[in-house]
Amino acid sequence: MNLDIQYLVQRFGTTTVLDGLELSTGDVRSLVLVGPSGGGKSTLLRILAGLDLPVSGRVAFDGEPLPRDETSLRGYRRTVGTVFQAYNLFPHLTAMQNLLLPLMHVQGMSETAARARVREPLERFQLADQAHKRPAELSGGQKQRIAIMRALVVQPRRLFLDEPTSALDPEMTAEVLEMIGELKDSGTQFVLVTHEMGFARRVADLVAFVGEGRVVAHGPPGEIIDRCTVPRVRGFFERILP
Amino acid sequence: MSRGLAHTIVVAVFAALIAWAFSRVNYAWNWAGVWEYRQKFLTGFGVTVGLSLAALVASTLIGMLAAMLLGSKHVLLEAVGRVYVELIRGTPLLVQLLIGFYVVASAVGLDNRYVVGVLVLALFSGAYMAEIFRGGLAAIPQTQRDSARAIGLTPWQSFRLVILPQAVRLVLPAVAGQFVSLIKDSSLLSVIAVSEFTLAAQEVNSFTYSTLESYLPLAAGYLLLTLPLSAVSRLLERRYRYET
Repeated sequence: MNLDIQYLVQRFGTTTVLDGLELSTGDVRSLVLVGPSGGGKSTLLRILAGLDLPVSGRVAFDGEPLPRDETSLRGYRRTVGTVFQAYNLFPHLTAMQNLLLPLMHVQGMSETAARARVREPLERFQLADQAHKRPAELSGGQKQRIAIMRALVVQPRRLFLDEPTSALDPEMTAEVLEMIGELKDSGTQFVLVTHEMGFARRVADLVAFVGEGRVVAHGPPGEIIDRCTVPRVRGFFERILP
Repeated sequence: MSRGLAHTIVVAVFAALIAWAFSRVNYAWNWAGVWEYRQKFLTGFGVTVGLSLAALVASTLIGMLAAMLLGSKHVLLEAVGRVYVELIRGTPLLVQLLIGFYVVASAVGLDNRYVVGVLVLALFSGAYMAEIFRGGLAAIPQTQRDSARAIGLTPWQSFRLVILPQAVRLVLPAVAGQFVSLIKDSSLLSVIAVSEFTLAAQEVNSFTYSTLESYLPLAAGYLLLTLPLSAVSRLLERRYRYET
């Protein structure tokens, strides 16, 4: 994917969260956004995923600009998948029903066709025997993996993941990151917001450091995480990396 | 100890206490006199059931409408909802009935006290329902709405498939409680001479001067309506719990 962002501005009330953010990625498969809390990473991700409209600015994937009205934006959202930090799954439905919902109600598939579509990913990620359970009966890691799967079964153009492991303990974090790693290896395009720097090094084609509403630095993971000369970025990684 | 046994023991102890209290009162029981008016009781009971059912349905609809007003982004619509809820919840049902029937209904030429009674009762209960529904909707995490949008569901689909099922589970206990209150509040319709259950008991009392024998069946009759309602509510809550 080739992401081009020009002078993106986002405000909530009187607070400016994105302050003329600009980024040109070139052709990459995975983009990882890192940076301090409140710096604008999640806000940026939500705009890229078509959930929020910016105040001004231009965002284009592969030359196609994002729509500016809600109805067209909904159409765009149907072509991509988004996973949040928590509470993705609908608690009153089983994991299977959660997976079938977008296929049946958004893509209009029959239940038989939908079940056939989800069978393979469930087997591939070893969740077939959990599918009949409600989210309350699943572990945090299982829930997030089902949530990622739900985003995948509609065969989206790209995935957006907003700190998918931040609410998980280390073991569950590992199982979710493993799944995302597998997706990267099999060619899935995604934009990921994460604090897991080791994982960012592994899966990112490009890392962008977002702070104070702007992209402070961007480049290959090693260059940004380990060898960045920008003081703001250098300071951030020195503090959080072991 | 099983729950059924525990409930039975508590009820039995309670009944024994009441029986003992009554035995200490030097009261000449006159059940025979009251028994003569059993048809009056039955008719009144039937009217109460009918009024309550009608008001239940109407108040649920009014409550949903008011909850939508309360959640509206339009300032004027939200104001209509808020003024309605605060005014109705802040004033006694008695006053609302009297003003509703003797002033408002007369002004618009509506003289059927049963219809007016049901309407006032529905508007009264609807205000409480509105707050219950609004609270239920607010308790659903924003991520649920985000997830529904992210999948590409339309607002109506989001509401029907994601929000409403969760909201119903959240508000069920409170709504059942409101239904029970409504059934008992319907007794107040007696002040505008609606011939429901409570008025029947009052009239029998005035004929026979047997107060306890008139009002104890009244209590029993309302229990007959409210206990099954509570039981059904608990059954539904258990069935629709997220955990199994």
